[in-house]
Amino acid sequence: MMSAFFALFRRDLALAARIGGGAGVGLVFFLMLVTIMPFAVGPDMALLARIGPAILWVAALLATLIGLDRLFQADDEDGSLDLLRMSPLPLPLVVLAKGLAHWISTGLPLALAAPVLGLLLALEPKALLAVTVTLLVGTPALTFIGAIGAALTAGMRRGGLILSVLVMPLMIPVLIFGISATSAALGGSIPFMTPFLILVALALFAFVSGTVAASLALQNAEG
Amino acid sequence: MRLVVDGLASIRSGRPVFSNMGFFVNSGEALAITGPNGAGKSSLLRIVAGLLPASKGKVQLEGGDADTPLAEEAHYLGHRDALKPALSPLETLQFWQSLYGRPLRSPLEALEMVGLAHAANLPSAYLSAGQRRRLALARLIVTHRPLWLLDEPTSALDAASESMFSTLVEAHLVAGGMVMVATHAPLGFPCQSLVMGGRA
Repeated sequence: MMSAFFALFRRDLALAARIGGGAGVGLVFFLMLVTIMPFAVGPDMALLARIGPAILWVAALLATLIGLDRLFQADDEDGSLDLLRMSPLPLPLVVLAKGLAHWISTGLPLALAAPVLGLLLALEPKALLAVTVTLLVGTPALTFIGAIGAALTAGMRRGGLILSVLVMPLMIPVLIFGISATSAALGGSIPFMTPFLILVALALFAFVSGTVAASLALQNAEG
Repeated sequence: MRLVVDGLASIRSGRPVFSNMGFFVNSGEALAITGPNGAGKSSLLRIVAGLLPASKGKVQLEGGDADTPLAEEAHYLGHRDALKPALSPLETLQFWQSLYGRPLRSPLEALEMVGLAHAANLPSAYLSAGQRRRLALARLIVTHRPLWLLDEPTSALDAASESMFSTLVEAHLVAGGMVMVATHAPLGFPCQSLVMGGRA
């Protein structure tokens, strides 16, 4: 069963990396959002440094939403989803393999690019580190929460809008605790670990509930 | 091994597609399903594959492993070829083989059999409609699954490919397999016939 899991995981990574895979779309969107911010806010370094972590987090959340609609839709359109449903790999593990591959090709690059882009926002080193760590933990949570919406809208053309509306409210706790952990790292009344551990818990919860909920949605896609 | 369908009914969006359908397919037998468009041929195949819930009735495989669900004993070939344009035919077959397990023959050998060996490493985006169909057929022969559910498998195939397809099916039947084919075209191998249509 593990070999089946990794076969699917590797296929999705390979597809994302090749032409038309769309792995770069979210990252480029993230770069654009963050680079235009200093122009919009103006040359106030102190202000930028203060709102910088929030900008990075909001940009990462929106960039995650962009690629999510293709997570299951591409397989639904060409009939691969039918065959995946008939594989010996249980559907929740299909979702997990696809979700992990999706996160590695879309979410992880955002977290890795964050410290570089943080420089544009005049973040101090401590803030750069805090944003990167919280995004590393937070982006998989965003991906797996989004997987639920992606599964529900798999059969819809132009399902991206409905998907965003569906999953955005569920992503807000992740955003809140991601940013509060970052601000806690920069000083404040609460220690960093308090909001950070809640963020970790949200990520673990998203792994399990997102995987199960998305597989149920795919199972009942046709009735 | 024997596929038994009993009292099967399908209702799609409140409209009855068919009802009280019963038949069986023995090991080594093929069943051709014919009927006008919209008669429910595709629905029937998808219900047998476990992709659609049946409104009533049951589908079971007698003589199989009781722990393996029917969906894992069946190959389904639908209207869509389930190919990724970015993957080569060889990668496609390797992927399905490692996902499905129970390897029957090597992907290269299967490509040879469907006449696609020369395109093994080309991205599937470059394949013609007929070649894509042949690649989809090659998927059936890289892993062993006793029941084949084929929905208009010969669409887009030329005469030579059609006879290649018949050879594949006959070999599968000789090996004790079962085949259900929804089709409009005459098939090049002996089979039982099920005619669907009319009011359910």
